[in-house]
Amino acid sequence: MRALLTSKWTKVALFLLCLVPLGALVWRGFRNGLGANPVEFIQLATGDWTLRFLVFTLCITPSRKLLNLPDLIRFRRMLGLFAFFYVCLHFLTYLGPDQSFDVAAMWKDVAKRPFITVGFLGFLLLLPLALTSTAGWIRRLGGKRWQTLHRAIYLAAIAGVIHYYWKVKSDVRMPLFYGALVAILLLWRLLDWYFKRRGPAGANLSPQRVPVNPAS
Amino acid sequence: MLIREAPDLTYADVTPQSVYVNRRRFLRDMGIVGAVAMAGYRFYDWAASPQPAYAAAKFDNLIKSSFSTTEKQNSFEDVTHYNNFYEFGTEKSDPAKNAQKFNTSKWVVSVEGEVAKPRKFTLDEILKIASLEERIYRHRCVEAWSIVVPWIGYSFSNLVKLVEPTPKAQFVAFESYYDPSQMPQARWAGIRFPYVEGLRLDEAMNPLALLCVGMYGESLPNQDGAPVRLVLPWKYGFKSIKSLVKIKFQSKTPPTTWNLAAPNEYGFYSNVNPNVDHPRWSQAKERRLGEIFKRNTLMFNGYGDQVASLYNGMDLKKYY
Repeated sequence: MRALLTSKWTKVALFLLCLVPLGALVWRGFRNGLGANPVEFIQLATGDWTLRFLVFTLCITPSRKLLNLPDLIRFRRMLGLFAFFYVCLHFLTYLGPDQSFDVAAMWKDVAKRPFITVGFLGFLLLLPLALTSTAGWIRRLGGKRWQTLHRAIYLAAIAGVIHYYWKVKSDVRMPLFYGALVAILLLWRLLDWYFKRRGPAGANLSPQRVPVNPAS
Repeated sequence: MLIREAPDLTYADVTPQSVYVNRRRFLRDMGIVGAVAMAGYRFYDWAASPQPAYAAAKFDNLIKSSFSTTEKQNSFEDVTHYNNFYEFGTEKSDPAKNAQKFNTSKWVVSVEGEVAKPRKFTLDEILKIASLEERIYRHRCVEAWSIVVPWIGYSFSNLVKLVEPTPKAQFVAFESYYDPSQMPQARWAGIRFPYVEGLRLDEAMNPLALLCVGMYGESLPNQDGAPVRLVLPWKYGFKSIKSLVKIKFQSKTPPTTWNLAAPNEYGFYSNVNPNVDHPRWSQAKERRLGEIFKRNTLMFNGYGDQVASLYNGMDLKKYY
């Protein structure tokens, strides 16, 4: 497994795999497979894939620890950037076909409608994360600050779920499904953080952590 | 006291670490493989577009209606594969898939309440109440999309006259067919069934109000509300109740499904009105299926000449 995860080709394969949803949309487009309302189809699909990639990204850290596969870190940035890629497409379907590229009208709509406001907020939150996703920016910001900034993905994921929940008319199964996934992934982090904080105090009692002092 | 002797296990019987570690790793890896395979299958399902078969009866000698628009009609394919019919699922593509086996034979519509002649109509009887017309109407959904459909039917008022409403009849309540065994997806819709709708009697008597039995020269496909439905082109689509089984004349305002589900979002009247937004989205524009950019929505969906007088003196922001 380790060799597979660290192989350069795995990364290439994953990159191509992440492009498959886009490819499927293009393929459907050429085959007249986007249904009666292609704009809406693309809008819903890119929205879905944004949430999915946010969930995939949030899965990396728990999976590394629970499955003991630390090498999974190699894919986190790519998954996060694909979430950003799909949210950009999602946003473009809104700005273009829905708002006719009328930026003034768009701002009015963003301000007026809570489900748009919260969706837009999620999009804005992902913007700095995408921009500072390079190694150079990690260096410039310093690991701690960079990590704090990138915790904004938690808020973005929550915003995405609320955006979806407020958008549907009555059948809330899918928004609740994504909500549950995000809740589990964030709760795991909370518990992990809590036990880590308590960890060192408890660990002091374990014999191997007691500093050996031959002089005493 | 019986003390059992320890079983004859030697160090050689201990499972080697590599084996049990491998077993765990194997289980983990199989889990990953399984999850990936499942995701792949679901994705394939999503990527392949289904095309169900469908059979219908043809109508001949349809009268052309002066209410018809000359706008470009949407394709039969669009109108039969992009439906809101929550009894058969909440995705636009669900009704086309899930309504195929819907049994509409032996259909009966019961007319009751404040009428001199309450009675039940079979579908054959309904087809003979008045001569069938083709009416090409704009149809505007509350979700801000629209279509142009050549419906078949006649003014609902023809049926009303047959049953002779009493002076107490101020409103008409409508009810859709509901059978959970034929509509298993309905339980997830998040709205109550059977679906109910209602009109003021004068609205129901307006000649635009169509009792509809077909479209595109044929009987109604199941997903479009077979075998008989209403079409009210100046109101949002959800007012045009599908698969109609009960009509009740009454003195009180009837409850309506979407109003019960979200009273601040869907009013009793639900007339198409570009000046009164849905709380969550604008109603000023709409996307005609087949077009990319949105067009302006017309007051009463462009049927103001026929229906505006019904609402004289009413504050349409209050009675949305």
